[in-house]
Amino acid sequence: MSGYDKLIFELSSPGRIGYSLPAPDVPNADPKELLAAKHLRASPPELPEVSEFDVVRHYSRLSQLNYGVDTHFYPLGSCTMKYNPKLNEDMARLGGFARLHPLTPETHSQGALQLMWELARDLAEIAGMDAVSLQPAAGAQGELAGVLMIRAYHLARGERRTKVLVPDSAHGTNPASTAIAGYRVVQLKSDAEGGVDLTDLERNLDEEVAALMITVPNTLGLFEPRILEISEMCHAKGAQLYMDGANLNAILGITRPGDLGFDVCHFNLHKTFTTPHGGGGPGAGPVGVRAHLEPFLPTPVVTKTDDGYALDWNRPQSIGKLQAFWGNFGMLVRAYTYIRTMGPDGLRAVADNAILNANYLMKRLEPHYDLPHPGPCMHECVFSARRQKKLGISAMDVAKRLLDLGFYAPSTYFPLVVEEALMIEPTETESKETLDAFCDAMIQIAREAESTPQVIHDAPVTTPVRRLDQTLAARQPDLRWRPRGG
Amino acid sequence: MRYLPNTPAQQKEMLRSIGASSLEDLLSPIPPKARLRRPLNLAAALAEGDLVRHMRALTALNADSDQYTCFLGGGAYDHYIPSPINHLISRGEFFTAYTPYQPEASQGTLRTIYEYQTMVAELTGMDVANASLYDGASSLAEAALMAHSATEGREQIAISRGVNPLYRQVVATYVEGPNLRVKEVPLGDGTTDLAALKKTVSGKTAAVIVQYPNFFGCLEDVQAAADICHEGGALMIVATDPVSLGLLTPPGALGADIVVGEGQGLGVPLSYGGPNLGVFATRTDLVRRMPGRLVGATVDRDGKRGFVLTLQTREQHIRREKATSNICTNVALCALMATIHVALLGKHGLRKVGELALAKAHYAAEALTKIPGVRLRFGAPFFKEFALQLPKSPERVVKRLAKEKILAGIPLKPFDRSLKDCLLVAVTEKRTRQEIDAFVQALSQAVV
Amino acid sequence: MGNYPIDLKYTKEHEWARVEGNRARVGITAYAQEQLGDVVFVELPKVGIKVSQMQAFGVVESVKAVSDLFAPLSGEVVEVNAELVKKPELVNQDPYGKGWMLVIQVSGPQEANALLTAQQYEEFLAKGGH
Repeated sequence: MSGYDKLIFELSSPGRIGYSLPAPDVPNADPKELLAAKHLRASPPELPEVSEFDVVRHYSRLSQLNYGVDTHFYPLGSCTMKYNPKLNEDMARLGGFARLHPLTPETHSQGALQLMWELARDLAEIAGMDAVSLQPAAGAQGELAGVLMIRAYHLARGERRTKVLVPDSAHGTNPASTAIAGYRVVQLKSDAEGGVDLTDLERNLDEEVAALMITVPNTLGLFEPRILEISEMCHAKGAQLYMDGANLNAILGITRPGDLGFDVCHFNLHKTFTTPHGGGGPGAGPVGVRAHLEPFLPTPVVTKTDDGYALDWNRPQSIGKLQAFWGNFGMLVRAYTYIRTMGPDGLRAVADNAILNANYLMKRLEPHYDLPHPGPCMHECVFSARRQKKLGISAMDVAKRLLDLGFYAPSTYFPLVVEEALMIEPTETESKETLDAFCDAMIQIAREAESTPQVIHDAPVTTPVRRLDQTLAARQPDLRWRPRGG
Repeated sequence: MRYLPNTPAQQKEMLRSIGASSLEDLLSPIPPKARLRRPLNLAAALAEGDLVRHMRALTALNADSDQYTCFLGGGAYDHYIPSPINHLISRGEFFTAYTPYQPEASQGTLRTIYEYQTMVAELTGMDVANASLYDGASSLAEAALMAHSATEGREQIAISRGVNPLYRQVVATYVEGPNLRVKEVPLGDGTTDLAALKKTVSGKTAAVIVQYPNFFGCLEDVQAAADICHEGGALMIVATDPVSLGLLTPPGALGADIVVGEGQGLGVPLSYGGPNLGVFATRTDLVRRMPGRLVGATVDRDGKRGFVLTLQTREQHIRREKATSNICTNVALCALMATIHVALLGKHGLRKVGELALAKAHYAAEALTKIPGVRLRFGAPFFKEFALQLPKSPERVVKRLAKEKILAGIPLKPFDRSLKDCLLVAVTEKRTRQEIDAFVQALSQAVV
Repeated sequence: MGNYPIDLKYTKEHEWARVEGNRARVGITAYAQEQLGDVVFVELPKVGIKVSQMQAFGVVESVKAVSDLFAPLSGEVVEVNAELVKKPELVNQDPYGKGWMLVIQVSGPQEANALLTAQQYEEFLAKGGH
């Protein structure tokens, strides 16, 4: 199976069809009689001609070239690759959700609106926020919404602030979202413990600063112990505090962004709330705010009235819309299902077990890999392969060898503040047995680095393809299939 | 708890090996003052059967297209979704993977994206497509930002009032930060007023945006708009419905520099408006300004063909505040739905879909306009959607037809007060003659 | 180390300049190309553009990194190395020769005094300067 090397275009055979469409049941079906020739496509697109079974077998075989959470431990740090419950999928596929048009009259979409209203309420409670918009399509769009709300808030107060502070350990989306929102990004240094360097913060914190944007726990998997102090410093200068909620899984029911002093935070429903990652989305990135930012939420806002649930468009101070409709509703159904499955005690147990698993794994691997920021960690830990690097084995080499040993790889080379970073997030849905097997593999690789490094350099050997030439791909971009001789 | 595998005995054992006496030991960095000392105030956990019952009760309050005959459009359409799509995308290997950072263990995803990029390029008539953005509206906003950077900072965007008003709202949000000025170009008889467009375009214009077919279903003269646009040195952005492009001339053949679109009609469920599929394609010379992920073909160390994420230096994880976009997670699974959809429909199927929708929409329009007082609002040629002027309040008509399990269309008043007597009606290939006749019958009674 | 010709002047951003009369040829150093790894793309300005000393004039990219390119001297760009569009690998293969990037018509020759000599640049690198 792993030898499969076809593209759908290469299965094409003229005359084959894979669809079932009805014969026209209305008169006057000739497009030439209905539209001018200039509107009609001159020649058909070069698309495959294949049977339904060709398609089913092709994509089934392609799927087998992938590792996924269902098939492999997937310790990709910062991404919270936990089990995606099957029940969520059944619920999202119910006809009343899956086949509901977004512009159905509100009187006829009360179930969907109720679900959204309740989910927003529950997320607000989980984060200690006053209001939540479900509209952002992913974490990065949640960030953009959050920063735009902060901007609108300052402008409404007559303040034209110009800068946003972002630590050097931040996800790349933080500076990128901030820049799109029209701010200059000022990068803060991390201190030796991996937290925000308070001296650097103090130096940069002035009346030009619109916000400080940080991840809690941070990308090193550490909780920022001086968070309350940081919050006070920012608020004293009139700056807003934004929390990147990528790592919210670690603090469910333990502490809440609102209680830590944050004014805004986004949620990654595809991380904390088990909506599937789908090979790179769709996700969902709701954004929560404290009351003073509520007027600026994206339109429309789902409200509850005496007559039922409604979409409120009358929000004169709103930052506007982020996508055409109301949010990635299919993902909202899944997250809602998950929260109702877990309940308050279940969600707290999620955080407890995520932390326990990460610390257990960290303890087992600590003798074998450098740990630049010793624990306790929260839901993930970041090792450095710098010891192995001296033996000629890089973080990337370790990652490739793991693939041969039956595991997906941790995040590598992130955060940028750790040399040869291996960022490991086990999540709460993995058992001790799986963690032990993974640790055994990591320890084996550390030993191989010393004794038989060639095995690592040769890796991977069990995957459908071996190390790929990224340089060639970038120097001579080949971004689409073309017919032979075409 | 069925999703948490560690037993109490294992938890104890793990704590022991960590050297902690309890979990509390691990929480020491969290300020005690900020700890939540009560359970979250959420409803108690529900058993599977009870939860399913609850969810079914919610769905029963929704008028979905299984229960109602759907003539709603406006950017989301009730199109044919072949059965294999759901089965294939539900395979855990696709479904539960993430962004293909390790290409050797992600060839399935990477290959499907490469196929998707090819299909979008073919349909739109452009050189290169990305791996997807969120939806049609945010793709359009990203295109406006891209045009701003590709024209070395020109600060005006000319956008036709034929562009979906919800999309225009999203563009307005995205251009707030870079402080671009959006200039709206009025419509003539259902399509962009080209003389007005000509007056709007200047040396400050970064892009001209039209939609094809536009919000009212009408077919713009894209080539004429593109000529005006290019004379001013701006980039031509066309928002489109890829479902139409099996039949209609692709924007790439009409002078488009960037083509964006909503790909929902390509096998993605309506799902109350999301997730959708943001389509984005452009010319080769603009590829390094493009937002979003790209997959490219290469070879592995044994010389075997393989696929990787490429030209990543455009993206936020490398270029950070200078990235072409902030997008990270996109909608890969929806792109997979579209890939399978286009594979199944193939070279000729999408044309057939287009022909059916075109014919049925025209049949419906003809029958509806025979009702006294009902007429087409615009004279321009249309594809599968049209604006009807009604002698009675569209809101009341919609309400009345809902009682007969017909979703009659979208009242246009909230989008444009001057169209307060209009209803936007979409007819896809799924509507039968019988359904259309019933709709006509019901509407004729509702407007008496 | 050691591949730093003594007839060149250097910046702390790892560009070199070869001053020939009132013109200067510009590229990036052997150290810079090593740090970047395989160069996959070079973006250069158009001929006729004016640059000032230590202003960014373009970018150089490897698979996983991007670096701004800084002008060692002020002046007008009179030539760019068009070959790099098709063969960015020349920057790796021959950073001081075929991998050159542009030629500047220098407007302030005295600015060259602010640049590092080969020896100073090597000392700067030895101190971990980057």
